[in-house]
Amino acid sequence: MSLIEVKGLKKSYGDLQAVRGLDLQIEQGEIFSLLGPNGAGKTTTVEILEGFRTRDSGSVSVLGVDPQIKGHESRIWRNRIGIVLQNSADAGDLSVSETVEHFSNYYSNPLNVQEVINSVGLDEKQSSLIRTLSGGQRRRLDVALGIIGNPELLFLDEPTTGFDPQARRAFWSLIQQLRNDGTTILLTTHYLDEAQALADRVAVINHGQIVEISTPTELGGRATAQATVQWRDGAQIKLEKTDNPTALVSKLSAHFGGEVPEVIVTRPSLEDIYLEMIGNPNE
Amino acid sequence: MNKVPSALKIGLRRGSLEIKQFSRQRESVVFTLFFPVILLVIFGSVFQNTIAPGVTFSQYFVAGMIASGLVNTGFQALAITIPMERDVGALKRLRGTPMPASSYFIGKAILIFASMAVQIIMLLGFGVLFFGLEMPTDISKWVTFTWLVILGSACSTALGIAFSIVPKSGRGASAVVSPIVIILQFFSGVFFVFTQLPTWMQQVAAIFPLKWLTQGMRSVFLPDSFAAEEVAKSWEIGRTFVILMLWLAIGIFFSVRKFKWDRD
Ligand SMILES: Nc1ncnc2c1ncn2[C@@H]1O[C@H](COP(=O)(O)OP(=O)(O)OP(=O)(O)O)[C@@H](O)[C@H]1O
Ligand SMILES: [Mg+2]
Repeated sequence: MSLIEVKGLKKSYGDLQAVRGLDLQIEQGEIFSLLGPNGAGKTTTVEILEGFRTRDSGSVSVLGVDPQIKGHESRIWRNRIGIVLQNSADAGDLSVSETVEHFSNYYSNPLNVQEVINSVGLDEKQSSLIRTLSGGQRRRLDVALGIIGNPELLFLDEPTTGFDPQARRAFWSLIQQLRNDGTTILLTTHYLDEAQALADRVAVINHGQIVEISTPTELGGRATAQATVQWRDGAQIKLEKTDNPTALVSKLSAHFGGEVPEVIVTRPSLEDIYLEMIGNPNE
Repeated sequence: MNKVPSALKIGLRRGSLEIKQFSRQRESVVFTLFFPVILLVIFGSVFQNTIAPGVTFSQYFVAGMIASGLVNTGFQALAITIPMERDVGALKRLRGTPMPASSYFIGKAILIFASMAVQIIMLLGFGVLFFGLEMPTDISKWVTFTWLVILGSACSTALGIAFSIVPKSGRGASAVVSPIVIILQFFSGVFFVFTQLPTWMQQVAAIFPLKWLTQGMRSVFLPDSFAAEEVAKSWEIGRTFVILMLWLAIGIFFSVRKFKWDRD
């Protein structure tokens, strides 16, 4: 059985159908990324999987358990998962290390507090009160609290919002490290380079429905999409779409007798494909 | 490996964390701990009349202030701060961990007991030094005092947690909760001598715990002869115990069943 199994999931808020019949299967050990425009239903879906929201219909199994579970069973289940919510904040009168240390006491088998603080790059801030942290630093603390319990399954809802580029790269290697150690990760993000760098598979959601599930390189037929070759011919810039860019470039090379002036070969980026898939936002 | 830490163990840790957090919030420390003392100084200085042979209003008032301290530090503080914690998402984050609800409640109870202890010491100190309060010498009075404080704090904590589901937001919480507490204090004979209040006020007050706590505290700090001045011509200790237990049960029931971790 898959680590996460969702069938026919539906959820409405009043008249608004936020999730309309969603199917998902996430396998042990993969990094699975949810992509989709604002309001697509990503957070709603993820929070149903986390047990924060109820569903209207459909079946959900996370680590073999229905997230609506209550009581002691729920504690044992939560002991195995880590959650980084899209929005969270704390009163802020505790220091970083006090907070991480405290949360580590909730779990049966927590990671080392100092190592977790170092891994999110807060070692220099560990004695600072939370309320003195910058936005990106707070977000890193959220990540630290999400992983302190050494989870088998980690939910990350837009974890790197507000990270500087360096912190984002550091975060990516942290997530890859966790995956190498066996953690399954469900990542929601608006950064396509992040999905590209991390995800084994991505699902594009729009209007509460799955548009496509694929690997980042194959999404929307990206791997087989036509390449564009661009070069300079005298005063003119020329463009040609082709299925065989290598053949075209060697033909051009023969034509120019060696080097092709200003040659560029491109394929559609993940972002190009993604934007095409979700279509006109006013639709 | 799946042996999660016990609810009590986590609860004790939460208690010390809550105290640490509270002690760093200077405004709330001043407000919850010193406000009753300030009130005592004001009322005790203004009303120095004698209300019965050997009983001054300030003595009567200290007893009432200790009782309403239980309501202020517990019920009022929790019913206001919990919705604030909910607003910033701190409760939702806790809900996402294996921490059980009972640990959160234990932590709050520990915080309330601790701040109550500090407050009582200050009130008794000021009462004895400046307002003619006499410490009881009879051991049975101290027994009554001890269970009143413990049961009163527990009751106040449970009702504060339960009532935290009422305010829609942290910002509006104070506007909902504070008037209730102030009215209750007027009705329950904290600011006025209870028997001088209109009968209907006395009857309304008798539904709620504060009246019983104040009467109980009077039984500890006023001479036994004063019992004859009470509405029932006695201290009604047994009835006080039963009513507080009932409210404690109501508070726990709603806290466990209805506690809200999330804004929506
Ligand atoms: N608690 C709620 N009450 C009412 N409507 C809600 C609630 N939560 C979400 N919605 C609505 O449901 C839809 C899906 O919201 P959701 O938060 O799941 O989107 P999302 O994909 O996470 O968007 P974003 O990328 O902006 O985070 C939106 O139209 C939103 O307004
Ligand atoms: Mg979202």
